[in-house]
Amino acid sequence: MKYLDEYRDPRVAKALLEKIHGSAGRIDREIRIMEICGSHTVSIFRAGIKSLLPENVRLVSGPGCPVCVTAMSDMDRMIALASPPDGTDTLVATFGDMIRVPGTKTSLEAEMASGADVRIATSPLDAVMWARKHFEKSVVFLGVGFETTSPTIAATVLKARKSGLKNLFVYPAFKLLPPALVALLETPDIAIDGFLCPGHVSVMLGADAYRPVAARYEKPCVIAGFEPIDILLGISNICDQLAENKHEVANAYGRAVSNGGNVKAMGILDQVFEPVDAPWRGLGTIPASGLGFREEFAAYDAIRRFGLDSVEAGSEPKGCACGEVLRGLMDPPRCPLFGKACTPDSPVGSCMVSSEGSCAAWYKYSS
Amino acid sequence: MCIAVPGKVTVIDEELNVATVEVGGTTKHASADLVPDIQVGDYVLVHAGFIINKLDEDDALETLKLFEEYMGVNLTEDRGK
Repeated sequence: MKYLDEYRDPRVAKALLEKIHGSAGRIDREIRIMEICGSHTVSIFRAGIKSLLPENVRLVSGPGCPVCVTAMSDMDRMIALASPPDGTDTLVATFGDMIRVPGTKTSLEAEMASGADVRIATSPLDAVMWARKHFEKSVVFLGVGFETTSPTIAATVLKARKSGLKNLFVYPAFKLLPPALVALLETPDIAIDGFLCPGHVSVMLGADAYRPVAARYEKPCVIAGFEPIDILLGISNICDQLAENKHEVANAYGRAVSNGGNVKAMGILDQVFEPVDAPWRGLGTIPASGLGFREEFAAYDAIRRFGLDSVEAGSEPKGCACGEVLRGLMDPPRCPLFGKACTPDSPVGSCMVSSEGSCAAWYKYSS
Repeated sequence: MCIAVPGKVTVIDEELNVATVEVGGTTKHASADLVPDIQVGDYVLVHAGFIINKLDEDDALETLKLFEEYMGVNLTEDRGK
């Protein structure tokens, strides 16, 4: 298919790898590159990229899987929606990855097994369809995701308003990427030499969004697509920059990402939501790193509608190192629970649950 | 979760602003609410039931040219054979 096959050509991969070995050979120390996006993590493992890189180039996974970074407090409240305290008949609609994430006491999957109406959506528009079909229920879509996903949910809220739907709500647990990069770079002991920036978040944000981060913290930020060659092109650019002592924003996914991003989508996002402080698993609360409903759209806010502020939040599971893994401070196999108490079949932490979590990727492709 | 797939627009329902997109041999319906001026024949990225952007042919060709410079072969002509 056009725009796809060329990015899987082994001849190009070989040429790029030679280039990477050349640049990395000029750098006399370990180079730590963080891929922020969970989809990059999976592609890197699937293509076996780590084993092809020079010895001094290390790829570290960051907090780019939205399911993984969802705080336990949000998880507990979203699970509470499946059987809300006020007895409302609810239908919880969510992307599939959320179903198995454990809360403090239970999960959406367990609630489903006990009879709660929890449904997996492939698009937030599915929730509109269900809300039209089930007037007797309150339909709540779990709003989890970065800038790629949040505009699709903002557009869904606009659609619900246009159709006059009164039984559709969204739980806003969205995350914004740039504030997370800043929080990571401000964390002591985090040695990151450059960022492989997420392709599809960048489709929305645009390359310009990274320029203040690259300039202030002097780190190369390179946007990459998801085919093996896209990723190699991104790594090659970061190594080139480090070898030349540069720290710029580069776009190795030009066919999809522009400097200004998707202005229409970001405008729709801004119409419905506004930045709020948000809790991240592993990173704590980061100022202005999440999204809450603007007052004009408060009627769609599931937190207000169902009084979820009163749901007591529990603590992270004992012994689970998801926090360290998400900050790139620990490789998953070093977690005491990895592969023993915590496996994809019986996950303890969110990084093992999500198919894009670093623990799940390590488990699937390294053992 | 933030993954999007490339496809080609084959039909547009202008009343609903929904496009039919051919993705790797199957078809999907995707809302065109987030991207202006979607046309039949456009290559687009689809994520969670929405078109999130068009794929830019000039920029794609530019990246391929870069690869060709690294390798001294013509990728686009190779594909045509």
